[in-house]
Amino acid sequence: MTEKGLDARLVLRRGALTIDVTLQVAPGEVLALVGPNGAGKSSVLRALAGLSDLDSGRVALGGTVLEDAATGVRVPTPERDLTMVFQDPLLFPHLTVRDNVAFGLRHHPSAPSTSRRPARERATAALERSGLAQFAGRRATRLSGGQRQRVAIVRALACDPGLLLLDEPTSALDVAVTAQVRAFLRRHVRDFGGVTVLVSHDPLDAFVLADRVAVLEEGRITQAGTPDEVARRPRTDYVAHLMGMNLLRERDTFRTFSPTAVTLYGEEPVTSARNVWRLEVTGLVPHGDAVRVQLRGEVSLLADVTRAAVADLDLHEGVSVWASVKATEVTTFED
Amino acid sequence: MTRQGGAALGRVPVTLVVPSVVGLLLLLLPLGGLLLRAPWGTFVERLGEPEILDALRLSLLTSTIATAVCLVLGVPLAWVLARTTFRGRGLVRALVSVPLVLPPVVGGVALLMVFGRRGVLGQWLDDAFGITVPFTTAAVVLAQAFVAMPFLVMAVEGALRTADPRYDEVAATLGARRLVTFWRVTLPLAGPGIAAGAALAWARALGEFGATITFAGSVPGVTRTMPLEIYGAMQSDPDTAIMLSVILLAISVAVLVGLRGSWAGRT
Repeated sequence: MTEKGLDARLVLRRGALTIDVTLQVAPGEVLALVGPNGAGKSSVLRALAGLSDLDSGRVALGGTVLEDAATGVRVPTPERDLTMVFQDPLLFPHLTVRDNVAFGLRHHPSAPSTSRRPARERATAALERSGLAQFAGRRATRLSGGQRQRVAIVRALACDPGLLLLDEPTSALDVAVTAQVRAFLRRHVRDFGGVTVLVSHDPLDAFVLADRVAVLEEGRITQAGTPDEVARRPRTDYVAHLMGMNLLRERDTFRTFSPTAVTLYGEEPVTSARNVWRLEVTGLVPHGDAVRVQLRGEVSLLADVTRAAVADLDLHEGVSVWASVKATEVTTFED
Repeated sequence: MTRQGGAALGRVPVTLVVPSVVGLLLLLLPLGGLLLRAPWGTFVERLGEPEILDALRLSLLTSTIATAVCLVLGVPLAWVLARTTFRGRGLVRALVSVPLVLPPVVGGVALLMVFGRRGVLGQWLDDAFGITVPFTTAAVVLAQAFVAMPFLVMAVEGALRTADPRYDEVAATLGARRLVTFWRVTLPLAGPGIAAGAALAWARALGEFGATITFAGSVPGVTRTMPLEIYGAMQSDPDTAIMLSVILLAISVAVLVGLRGSWAGRT
């Protein structure tokens, strides 16, 4: 599809799990790989970076083959035109913030500034552009978690790589600073001209940052599209629940509805609603002012009910209830 | 033996306290005796004797060079053991620690078998370059490096293993090749471990006796280091031997204090 961007087919065996994904991302585009824990997202990113081997497949970036299991070509990580932001900032603790940024500028293949002084000057300039100039002279260890992760983002982008890999960049942060770092990341990734691949289990990361979303479940991409398409037309329970929606599938017909559209009853309801199921409560989670009830049975659903309803119906794990949803609340689409 | 733990679990048994006190005395009494019998009155005067000064100077010089040799060879060896995988790595690690348990005299004999006139390497060195190693200052350094290297390798390997390997990965994604990462990331992060290993190696080299006397002999000013001087002095001038022992004791304690931050002071 794209000569210039990332063109990769990766097959990775991780114990019982076989990951098999095809990724094509254009320069300037941000692809978010979302999925439950253990689906293989981080393995994909590490394989793109060259930190682990492909079992089979091929990775090409900007028309250059980085790895090809068939021909045995394997460009080592330091020679690949990419940088990576990890879950933890991993700033070098013995260096100042400026020298952390200068580290990539001195060594990265796409940043051919070799000696110390120009690298430092460019690092200072990059920190200034990102509003982090006041930290330049400080030891990395003296910064807060959010500040460190911002520096890590600047360090990765300052090299101006062809491919930026973001591995759960906000998930190790305190809730309070997650939003700030996400906004910071958005500003920087928007201006970045290379390919970005983001891995996250937080849908907000994907929706705030990505142009395209690919959902990875058990090693396979189960759905791909723009964030909007994926949000509106989830194809799997995982995606639907991720979006805070319920999904029912009958052959090629998908029906989605909000958890607030679900009503619960202690007795079989006498109702005009067509959709009535007898389900078991498998979990209760506070959700804003309401309580989100997880239900299992012939279908699996989420229902948002009031705290009063939880008490009235004596809802707890293991209880059987009746659930219904009004037809008017259901969105139907075909495959 | 914290108070809470002791109180909660019952009294500390006498059967364990008595041997531990006796054991402690066994370790500390000789040191106390040394300090009690030291010729404090003539300490400075004795220290000024040329033979003593020679031995002291030689000891400090050789153990420092031996430590440098250990660093240059041992740090890369520790890195290879900690950061690469190859067949027989476990065996190599076991072999590295052999000098720890080997009697130093045996080490000295072994060194003679390699570097002696008739030794595997010694004969070739003699034929090709006219170099004789045994009974020279270089032999002292070699013997000290032989016994001290395992201390350094084990300390540094431990430090490298506990360092977060993800720093190496970040460095690689930022374009640093392995040697650059080694110099600019791995070594600085392992700095405290390397310093501790070097201090241990230096202290071990300073105290080296058995391998040195076997392989290098006891030539005044050339191979007669402090421990050899002490051994010799015990025959003729015990007071001098005691004084030299006190000096070595003081240096050892100083090394321990210097290491306090890394592991010796851990509770």
